[in-house]
Amino acid sequence: MSWNRIYALFLRQVYLYRHSLPRLMEITYWPLVDILLWGFLTLYLTSLRGSVPTFISFLLGALILWEMLFRAQQALSLAFLEDVWTRNLLNIFVAPVSSVEFLTAGMLLGLAKVLVAFIVMTVLAFMLYAFNIFTLGPLLLPFIGNLVVFGWAMGIITTAVILRYGQGAEALAWGIAFLIQPVSAVFYPVTVLPAVLQKIAFFLPSSHIFEGMRTVLSVRMLPGMDLFWAAVLNAIYLSLAILFFTRMFCIVKEKGRLTHLE
Amino acid sequence: MGNITLKAEHLSKVFNVFKAVDDICFEARRGEILGILGPNGAGKTTTVQMLLGLITPTSGYIEALGMDLARYRQKIARNVNFSSAYVNLPANLTVSENLHIFARLYDVKHPETKIEQLLDLLGLQETQRKPAGQLSSGQQIRLNLCKALLNDPEILFLDEPTSSLDPDIADRTRQLLMSIRQERELTIIFTSHNMAEMEKISDRVLFMLQGKIIAGGHPTEVIQRYHGQSLEEVFLKLARQTKERKEGEL
Repeated sequence: MSWNRIYALFLRQVYLYRHSLPRLMEITYWPLVDILLWGFLTLYLTSLRGSVPTFISFLLGALILWEMLFRAQQALSLAFLEDVWTRNLLNIFVAPVSSVEFLTAGMLLGLAKVLVAFIVMTVLAFMLYAFNIFTLGPLLLPFIGNLVVFGWAMGIITTAVILRYGQGAEALAWGIAFLIQPVSAVFYPVTVLPAVLQKIAFFLPSSHIFEGMRTVLSVRMLPGMDLFWAAVLNAIYLSLAILFFTRMFCIVKEKGRLTHLE
Repeated sequence: MGNITLKAEHLSKVFNVFKAVDDICFEARRGEILGILGPNGAGKTTTVQMLLGLITPTSGYIEALGMDLARYRQKIARNVNFSSAYVNLPANLTVSENLHIFARLYDVKHPETKIEQLLDLLGLQETQRKPAGQLSSGQQIRLNLCKALLNDPEILFLDEPTSSLDPDIADRTRQLLMSIRQERELTIIFTSHNMAEMEKISDRVLFMLQGKIIAGGHPTEVIQRYHGQSLEEVFLKLARQTKERKEGEL
């Protein structure tokens, strides 16, 4: 694995964003809209129900964390799609780039976009609602790390599906995260879900992460079991996602579809 | 002509039931320009893409620079490059940004100097800060060539390298390729529909039809063997003969 090549693939996306205002705005636009919409709604609901101090924290915290999962997943798939759209994919895969290097660059890009979105949302939440995510200290950090890893796993799977089935599957890049959102218990506890969905939720790292976040926000303690399950499930999903991508890449080369993606 | 840099042995590719490439064998030597010609659907592109490692062969063996392509693709890819009139560099990145990215991908030593040299060689100095998408089609093809020469490849694959170029620029590009080949003993494998161009620059041509190599040799030798006046005439003759024979068999 060459870090020089990974940096080159990362740099290719940085240059792209540097030249494109709409793409730059895309990183900050939705976090901005989300934080305004949900933040004001939360303020309104809080005023109706009287003083419920943790309510605003639950919703804003969930919103900020959800945005991280979504950004990490989408960055990876979009980086791949950019090369499909610009008909540059063959140039990349003729070069001595391995699939692991390609994916690592995508993951780093995801991390960079998550950082930008996190900064924007944190600053806005503090300025508009006096919600300071840093008062929670380092307790939330392990959960944030796990969310990014789960976002990577979903991004790799989405990219593999697009690679295999072509641009017809590109809607997944925008939609796949929302498929698991209801079962991930982002804005409500898992116990609200019907029994069957609770069982499904157990197998999603995201549900453990959001449950963990609520525990951190309400009792200021690190819920070890939630963190443990999130990490174990993430290790499994990330490994499976990489294997799935590698398999799809082989199938695509056997079927000669790599050259027809563009 | 030097030693063998590229060897294909009994190479076949079947897509479902369609035999795109049917048991072909050939080799290319150091410093040789090998032209692959054939009508659309003859199997040229599939062959080149198998040689580049973009398509896995159904059967057969490819050796490049003395190594098995199936096992050492990444190692081989460091010394191979390609340029196609149908594959672009990202349009919204500048010429310089594009070249810097590919210089890193190919681990080019002293990328600044290399890029300067190539931009100078291909007459693209003025375009350095321009987005690639704003270049004329001739400049874009030269930019693709620039990218293809960044790593001083030992084998260069060119797909329709001069299509959409005006005759003057096309001729200059051919001259450039000839001089680079001579200077660096570069093996060039190229596909083109431009028979006159093939005749002019190829040391050897391979005629492909329905997935098979039906003729091969130095252009003049092939023209004489098939009693033609030009490569184009021979191409038409061979293509029609094979088509008629197939129809007769049915």
